[in-house]
Amino acid sequence: MSDFYSILVLPEPKSHNLIHMFIIKYKKIFIGISATLVVLSLLSLFIFGLNVGIDFKGGALTEVVYNEERPTQDALNESLKILNFGSILLQPTGDLGYIVKTRDLNDSEHTLLLKTLSQNKSDALAETSFNSIGPSVGRELTRKAIIAVVLVSLAIICFIAFAFRKVSISHIPGRKSVPSWKYGIIAIVTLLHDVILPVGLFVVLSHFYGAEMDTLFVVAILTILGLSVSDTIVIFDRIRENLKNEEKAARTSFSEIVGKSLEQSYVRSLCTSLTLILVLLSLFFFGPVTTRYFALMLTAGMFFGTYSSIFLASPLLVLVEEWQKTKNHK
Amino acid sequence: MTLLILVLAGGIALFVFKSEPRLNKNFENQSSFFRKFPFRLGLDLSGGTHLVYKADVSAVQEGEIGNSMDALRDVIERRVNLFGVSEPVVQVQRGGFVSGEEEKLIVDLPGVTDIKQAIEMIGQTPLLEFKVETPEDVSRTVKVDKDGKIDLGSLNLSQQFTDTELTGRYLERATLEFDQNTREPIVSLQFNDVGTKLFAKITKNNIGKMVAIYLDGAPISTPVVREEIPNGQAVISGSFTPTEAKQLVGRLNSGALPVPISILSTTTIGAILGDNAVNAGVKAAVMGFLLVVLFLILWYRLPGLVAAISLCIFISIILTLFKLLPVTLTAAGIAGFIISIGIAVDANVLIFERMKEELRSGHTITDAVKLGFSHAWFSIRDSNISYLITAVILFWFGTSLIKGFALTLGMGVIVSMFSAIMVTRIFLSTLGFIEEGKVVRFLFNSGITRTQKP
Repeated sequence: MSDFYSILVLPEPKSHNLIHMFIIKYKKIFIGISATLVVLSLLSLFIFGLNVGIDFKGGALTEVVYNEERPTQDALNESLKILNFGSILLQPTGDLGYIVKTRDLNDSEHTLLLKTLSQNKSDALAETSFNSIGPSVGRELTRKAIIAVVLVSLAIICFIAFAFRKVSISHIPGRKSVPSWKYGIIAIVTLLHDVILPVGLFVVLSHFYGAEMDTLFVVAILTILGLSVSDTIVIFDRIRENLKNEEKAARTSFSEIVGKSLEQSYVRSLCTSLTLILVLLSLFFFGPVTTRYFALMLTAGMFFGTYSSIFLASPLLVLVEEWQKTKNHK
Repeated sequence: MTLLILVLAGGIALFVFKSEPRLNKNFENQSSFFRKFPFRLGLDLSGGTHLVYKADVSAVQEGEIGNSMDALRDVIERRVNLFGVSEPVVQVQRGGFVSGEEEKLIVDLPGVTDIKQAIEMIGQTPLLEFKVETPEDVSRTVKVDKDGKIDLGSLNLSQQFTDTELTGRYLERATLEFDQNTREPIVSLQFNDVGTKLFAKITKNNIGKMVAIYLDGAPISTPVVREEIPNGQAVISGSFTPTEAKQLVGRLNSGALPVPISILSTTTIGAILGDNAVNAGVKAAVMGFLLVVLFLILWYRLPGLVAAISLCIFISIILTLFKLLPVTLTAAGIAGFIISIGIAVDANVLIFERMKEELRSGHTITDAVKLGFSHAWFSIRDSNISYLITAVILFWFGTSLIKGFALTLGMGVIVSMFSAIMVTRIFLSTLGFIEEGKVVRFLFNSGITRTQKP
């Protein structure tokens, strides 16, 4: 492979050169943008908080559709009060439906609720879905979700460590290269960035549109972990390859090599993301209601994942290398 | 080779089409082979009820928990089958570190949307009791209401009859029979040894009196005893409908639950909601597919077309696997499948981008194809590994919802490695025989890059 590259003369169009060198030159700005977005996401997370769904905290969700006319919210609230189910949240859905959120209900309570909703008229409404989750099931799911997130993160960190174990071999004596673990750390920083931004987006959405954090939310986060790391790995792979071949010449600077690697791989990154974003968007626009926010989360994850592999990971790498250099010079 | 793959893929696609009632209008006339494999839809798509029970195993010895949970599952399964649900799923979820300390029983009832009925059917232990008349000297309370109505206490049957030791526990089996004179359905009971002795004693002591047969706390039959019955056979003749009698027999035979259960969570999805979700899922998949194909052909031209064909093959293989394994499809599962379409294309994009570079650097098309594949392989492998890590862990820890997603995603990733790499490669190398010229070079190039001289 190295033989092949040593005879390679790449005729690069000038415009491409500009784009990637632009990224490297203004790296601090791009890193700044990312950092700002992360801070904003975290802030919104702490201010608004996550809107935890019944999957995790337990509770019941009843969805009904009235056959002819739906009673007003006030009238229903009034009659629901008598049931003594604690706080009941009534949300209109569609033209004739309501979603009723309550604590978890047993069978007789459920029947009572339906009776109240139908105002004792038979055939007034149809129940489209009912979901009641006991608190212990919710706790169990929370524990499972946490274990899954921790395990996936650990597995991916191990994988990154494995994938980058050879990057740091320098081919020129006297020149100190960026050690592997720093690549790994940058990949993880990028990973965090890619997860935190969609979460921030979700928090804002849930604050304004009432989206709830459910099981699919956790799945989305875990999938983003996979998407993000694969994008970053492809670019770092290129850098690794180019380092091997270019450093022999010892003329090219580290930032130039990174820039060149970027130039070689960003079209691919964009194309891949574009295809995935295309399918995700069609899932968002045409897909089932249950997976709508899921698709949106993944689209955001994909978008930020691609953004970060080009505008965050590589600039960070160059920055780290520069710090390392100045330290050595002192 | 290319032809062979095309023929095989065509066959697979035909299978998918023929075995799907939604697509094939002529479905009813197909041979039984095709009819055996429709897509299996999860509850959230087909409509139905999902129940999670907690089993109270505190009275069971540590080592016996597994057995009693299995026995519980068998009893519930018998009751569910009695109800005539198609393809019910009854599973035991053992307690443990991950799933919590509780022993759980999960019941999926496709097509059942009346939860009340479902819960009753599953949860009710048929409690069969035999009671005898209370001796006359025990006084009965008779109430007189304010408005003068007299409550004779006859409704309060518990005062009229007293318990005996004989219960459904001593039942050996129940059978459905029809009365020879009235043609009414009757339930015939056969007691075991202990039950036979108890029944003989009860009948002997109560000749000329009533014996009440209680089911679930309510009297269903109060025959008068004419003589001692020593053979342990009894008959319940209430005014049953044949269906009721059949259900009763089934419930009596399925026996009492080995461990008490209580419901933890219920989910019901109406059939309309499920239908909507299926339609939306199919629409999303088709739109996603078309968009990707459009993009591939516009951007990558000839290789793009090849990639689109290999994508079709990928989809046929996956759908066939869904049918054959079978994989229960849920909304999340369809989402996983749709995402795997994107991943399948990803591999091709990586290969084509590499190929373009090789072309630009002056290689012939045949060489460029070869080099493109070998160089892209590492990136494809690495990025797919990270998907697989996620999918495997999700599958391990997930609830049924997540499992569906993880399974379809994981399958998608593995099949895509085959279809994107093997199939595309074979197709492209077949095309590689085409003589090189400006047109071919143009076809192999992509997007905004200009054709460059070798």
